[in-house]
Amino acid sequence: MHHLSSAAPTPLTEVSTSFELKAIAPQSSGRAGFALTHALPPLAWQLAFFVGPLLFLLVLTFWSVHNFRLEPAFEMGNWKRMLTQQHVWDTYLRTVMGAAVSTVLATVLAFPAAFAIAFRLSENARRACLFLLVVPFFTSYLVRVYSWQVFLSDEGLINSLLTMTGFETRRLLNTDLATQIGYLTLSLPLVVLIQAMSLLLIDSKLIEAARNLGCGPMRVVFAVIVPAARVGITVAALFCFIFSFGDFVSPLYLGGGSSPTLSILIVDTTKAGQQWPRAAVLALLMISTLMAVAWVMTAFAYRKKT
Amino acid sequence: MTRKISGVILHAYLALVLLFLFAPIGASLVFSFNSDRFPTLPLGSFTLDWYAAVFSDERVLEALVNTLIVSTASATLATALGFGAAYTDYRYQFSGKRLYLALGLLPPTVPAIILGLAMLAYLSRLGLSGSRLSIVIAHTVICTPFAMALVRLRLSQIDASLEQAAWNLGASQWAALRYVILPFTASTLCGAWLLTMAVSFDEFAIAWFVGGLSETLPVRVLGFLQGQVSPRINAIGTLVFGVTTALVVVAQLILTRRLSLRRAEERSTNLNTPFSS
Repeated sequence: MHHLSSAAPTPLTEVSTSFELKAIAPQSSGRAGFALTHALPPLAWQLAFFVGPLLFLLVLTFWSVHNFRLEPAFEMGNWKRMLTQQHVWDTYLRTVMGAAVSTVLATVLAFPAAFAIAFRLSENARRACLFLLVVPFFTSYLVRVYSWQVFLSDEGLINSLLTMTGFETRRLLNTDLATQIGYLTLSLPLVVLIQAMSLLLIDSKLIEAARNLGCGPMRVVFAVIVPAARVGITVAALFCFIFSFGDFVSPLYLGGGSSPTLSILIVDTTKAGQQWPRAAVLALLMISTLMAVAWVMTAFAYRKKT
Repeated sequence: MTRKISGVILHAYLALVLLFLFAPIGASLVFSFNSDRFPTLPLGSFTLDWYAAVFSDERVLEALVNTLIVSTASATLATALGFGAAYTDYRYQFSGKRLYLALGLLPPTVPAIILGLAMLAYLSRLGLSGSRLSIVIAHTVICTPFAMALVRLRLSQIDASLEQAAWNLGASQWAALRYVILPFTASTLCGAWLLTMAVSFDEFAIAWFVGGLSETLPVRVLGFLQGQVSPRINAIGTLVFGVTTALVVVAQLILTRRLSLRRAEERSTNLNTPFSS
């Protein structure tokens, strides 16, 4: 996101000094008003409809529900109830582990692909490939998950291929593997894209130098390329963690939902139980976990070389 | 030699990754025309039944109308707000700017399920939940960052002295915005509008939470997923895929056209003035 801060806008006062003839700056009286007309609406919108709801979520955790109606209160009951149940913590652990596994999987599986895109493709093939990677991002995730159901189900495509070639069928749907396939469907395109972009930004002289100094190809990859692309690789991994951690579709429709994740629990508590305050406790648990993970990972990404 | 072998392996691997990503999309396309209710191999016969079923389903059509209204409205709002935020970032230095930018860019990093719950609770307190309006409000929040990033990227390519020259020649700030900045960013604004429309067109979790009885198309698909197996999902998926891909392709073309136009111009000026350099 460095492009956002790259071009420093020239303040109006500098304009007049940068020209030999005295520049006629616009009337200063309307300046503030002009700035507010475009600076304020986005701010107001995000405060009202992004910050507002998230803050209200915190308030909501202290409210109570009587006869299916929300009532303002200041009770710790929801927190106590949710945080003292063993199955909530089991679910928490399962969700974190699932997201961690998918983060490692996506990072490892994406890297050779990103490497191929960055270093082994022609200019045109690279552009085509990057475009192909954008396409899944804008197709319906739900439809792709449904397609995976078709692939993985007991009489599905993969099992009928196995039967036709004389192998035994295997149970694939409603397993952790299926959940991971769903997570990968969601995050792999973005992870490959970000990794490829960060590999493309590496100064090729660095790689040349390592080769000239006698580095073998594997050593070039792990001692030069990976450290140089560390920020991109970590950011991509962070996105993958956020996606998998918050996704309820894959664990429900591919994993079978028998071992629920936090997001499934939130859906159930909100939709079926009408217990919004308790769901809000879970949501805050998720937000604080994500913030901690994001903090650790960005600290790792931007850490000074020791 | 080893480089050649590793090159082949890397190419094959990349193809495999793309296969993994496009297999579900391709399968959904194929099975939307397949007669069997339970999709297996070998394929049944060619049919358009599933499309017919989709187009005669009242709830699907209603959802489609909702989706079109919601995505158009939120894309328009998000592009306008995103332009405002990007131009603010481009032109002004002020304290709290980092916070301002963070607010603008953070929404997509919050899981949709959490935003959905937060917005459901918040909007229902305001009496705004359970309608198309509530989905528009929520989708504008998550779409604005995309528009903002795209417009900001474009503004970083502008020569800052262009706007200053306009002021020096007596243009008001509004006139400079209208005749310098807007034409310069016009193609990006179109691209951002289409891309944010595609984002809204696909979003299901927040829409499901805040929409109540107003279902968008992806929310309807979610409903189908909860029910029994139905190749109608494939038909809807293929239609949605067609629409969103068209949107993304057009957006990409618009966004890259300027670049190639400029390249072409440079080429032609080089040809026309052979003695200049």
